Amino acid sequence: MTITGEPQTIEQRTEKPVRRMAEYAATPLTVPSPKQITEPAHAGQTETMVLNMGPHHPSTHGVLRLVLELDGEKVVNVAPDVGFLHTGIEKTMESKTYQKAVVLTDRTDYLAPLSNNLSYVLAVEKLLDCEIPERVQVARVLLAELTRIGSHLVWLGTHALDLAAMSAFLYAFREREQILDIFELVSGARMMTSYFRVGGLAYDLPADFLPTVAAFLNDMPANIDEYEDLLTTNPLWLERTVGVGAVNADDAIAYGLSGANLRATGVSMDMRAMTPYCGYETYDFDIPVGEKGDIYDRYRVRMAEMRQSVKIAWQAHQRLVDIGPGPYMTENRKIAPPPKSEITHSMESLIHHFKLWTEGFRVPRGDAYVGIESPRGILGTYIVSDGSPKPYRVHLRAPSFINLQALQHMSRGGMVADLVALVASLDPVLGEVDR
Amino acid sequence: MDNASVLERLRAAFPQGLGESSEAHNDLSVYVEREALLDVAQFLRDDPELRYEFLENLCGVDYLGREPRFEVVYHLTSLVNRHRICLKVGAPEHNPTVPSLTIFWPTANWQERETYDLLGVVFAGHPSLERILMPDEWEGHPLRKDVPLGDEEVAFSFNQDQIYARKPFATE
Amino acid sequence: MGIEEKAGDLGVVTTTLETVVNWGRTNAMWPLLFGLACCAIEMMGSQASNYDLSRFGMELNRASPRQADLMIVAGRVSRKMAPVVRRLYDQMSDPKWVIAMGDCASCGGVFNNYAIVQGVDEVIPVDVYVAGCPPRPEALIDGIMMLHEKVKREKISGKKDGASIRVNAGEMIHLHL
Repeated sequence: MTITGEPQTIEQRTEKPVRRMAEYAATPLTVPSPKQITEPAHAGQTETMVLNMGPHHPSTHGVLRLVLELDGEKVVNVAPDVGFLHTGIEKTMESKTYQKAVVLTDRTDYLAPLSNNLSYVLAVEKLLDCEIPERVQVARVLLAELTRIGSHLVWLGTHALDLAAMSAFLYAFREREQILDIFELVSGARMMTSYFRVGGLAYDLPADFLPTVAAFLNDMPANIDEYEDLLTTNPLWLERTVGVGAVNADDAIAYGLSGANLRATGVSMDMRAMTPYCGYETYDFDIPVGEKGDIYDRYRVRMAEMRQSVKIAWQAHQRLVDIGPGPYMTENRKIAPPPKSEITHSMESLIHHFKLWTEGFRVPRGDAYVGIESPRGILGTYIVSDGSPKPYRVHLRAPSFINLQALQHMSRGGMVADLVALVASLDPVLGEVDR
Repeated sequence: MDNASVLERLRAAFPQGLGESSEAHNDLSVYVEREALLDVAQFLRDDPELRYEFLENLCGVDYLGREPRFEVVYHLTSLVNRHRICLKVGAPEHNPTVPSLTIFWPTANWQERETYDLLGVVFAGHPSLERILMPDEWEGHPLRKDVPLGDEEVAFSFNQDQIYARKPFATE
Repeated sequence: MGIEEKAGDLGVVTTTLETVVNWGRTNAMWPLLFGLACCAIEMMGSQASNYDLSRFGMELNRASPRQADLMIVAGRVSRKMAPVVRRLYDQMSDPKWVIAMGDCASCGGVFNNYAIVQGVDEVIPVDVYVAGCPPRPEALIDGIMMLHEKVKREKISGKKDGASIRVNAGEMIHLHL
């Protein structure tokens, strides 16, 4: 486990040979479909059995179905079957205005709603090419990092629960409630915040926001120590995680893994450093990377990420204190609704308000792609605009969906029980997988 | 690496096969002909200077009423150069087939299946091109522009009696 | 044994069998360990440290439908998932109850489209609807309390009468919290 700055490791990777086609032919990386393993593939040689797991199963983290081919307790093949939570979010967004579609993004990755908001909002803002006030950018960074901590806490709790360590779940949810209280403070909702809007924030930050955040951030490092005390050197935990489900860097890149799953293999790809957004390049933070890419490294990387998030959040907190009160929306009245105080005595503002909330604003023709670092990996939003107030096409590059493809590659040859640990360590959110 | 040098290197390697390119919002995107897609993708991945090793995103768009109707969009990322390139490939309505990139990137597997499922774009050479998100018996491709959203009438207090009368409530 | 010592000189308690059975059912109602979407996270939250659903004898989630009494449909039900939900419900042994947690399970919520069943009551009969997107843990706990009240009124004769017990969607119990 090393914690290194981002640029060095990228340079290290240039030393490695480029993967060629012949190598692929020698070691094919495949993603089987569930239909391909209904019949035992090795009939006659060994007795393998085909087992169904899910879509309702406590350790699949949602409605994921796995078709397993087992040789005794050994996993011969595994094919995930997804789509049981397909919600038609992309299609529904096409029928909403740009502002209203924000609400739908919350419900894709429901552990990190603000990251989803951010990815979508940045893509629309890229198309609009509008100026965002500094204060909004900082508030977005602060809330996005709190989201990352909150999401990692659910991952930690459920991951430990899957490996029969119940107490970590109770500890993790204790702190998660504090984060949800902060979200409730700013947006009025615990989970589905829809707080980031195109052009800024939905409302101004409340007066007691900064003290509440400071109180939480003060306690958090000690709490993370507490989780680490429970697990990091726990022999049972080490037995179940070290060396299990390992994947090397080249395969991880070929499978398109991102987030902590990729960084655990030693590749320090983080969108916050690769293609900085919201001014992340001005914050001081490290990108934790692992070495072996096994479950334990993923655990260590995510734990270290929580500490880094606290560090970034402190910096953002200080900047918000320095900036003081200010605008929470862009000045561009074509996008931002006029303040309530103006509506009562300005006819133009009233018309603007009416037009914005009935018809919405028009976005220039074109397409834009923005990838941000969500707690699960690269969360991309690709938007095509035809110049109307509604998006022509929205595609969400869901990190869980893509990470899940590597499940077979990681679990082959391992035990069924390791598969449970592996699914948890990949940290999929099925709402995002199926959208 | 900046957009201009990437484009220059790409155009030098492929005098034919590339269409127009754009640098809107500082993002490089290039139209690629279907026949040239595999070669271009392999070049971008294996070229020692470009090294677009990471297939970040793959999706389809239905431009109904335009020819070619479908467009498949690829976003490739170079970790070394910290650069992203967008490839766009058109697929006509009568034959919406695009070569599959699963031979270069296994990550394309599910993303191509999703595009096939929701938009009906066929990826030639894909090992198991089946539905992934919709049920197997589903008819049509829901994300196509000529397929309606499929919403139902919402019950309000003035019309809920009529709606509940015909709504198929489950029994024991 | 212990009961005599604790009851002291209480002697004999008489009550109806129905009350005893319903009392037993409300205090050991085991939910099916079954989450669908966003609401499942709030359901986890209500079972975790802050809200502690075990105060009501509800913390013991059963992973097998055969051992569960209560199905909390926590989240949106897609067309692909609907047959699975019905099957799980059929596998639960009587008596069994259903809570539709959240707007999606109650009426489709914000997802009025091709993929989502507009209310899980099209698939399985629902006893209590809890509104919210997602409902707060307090709302879910209140929904469970309401279900307990309802169970206490049930008759011991025969199985649950779906028609009379199902809270009509028109009179949906709204929990504004």
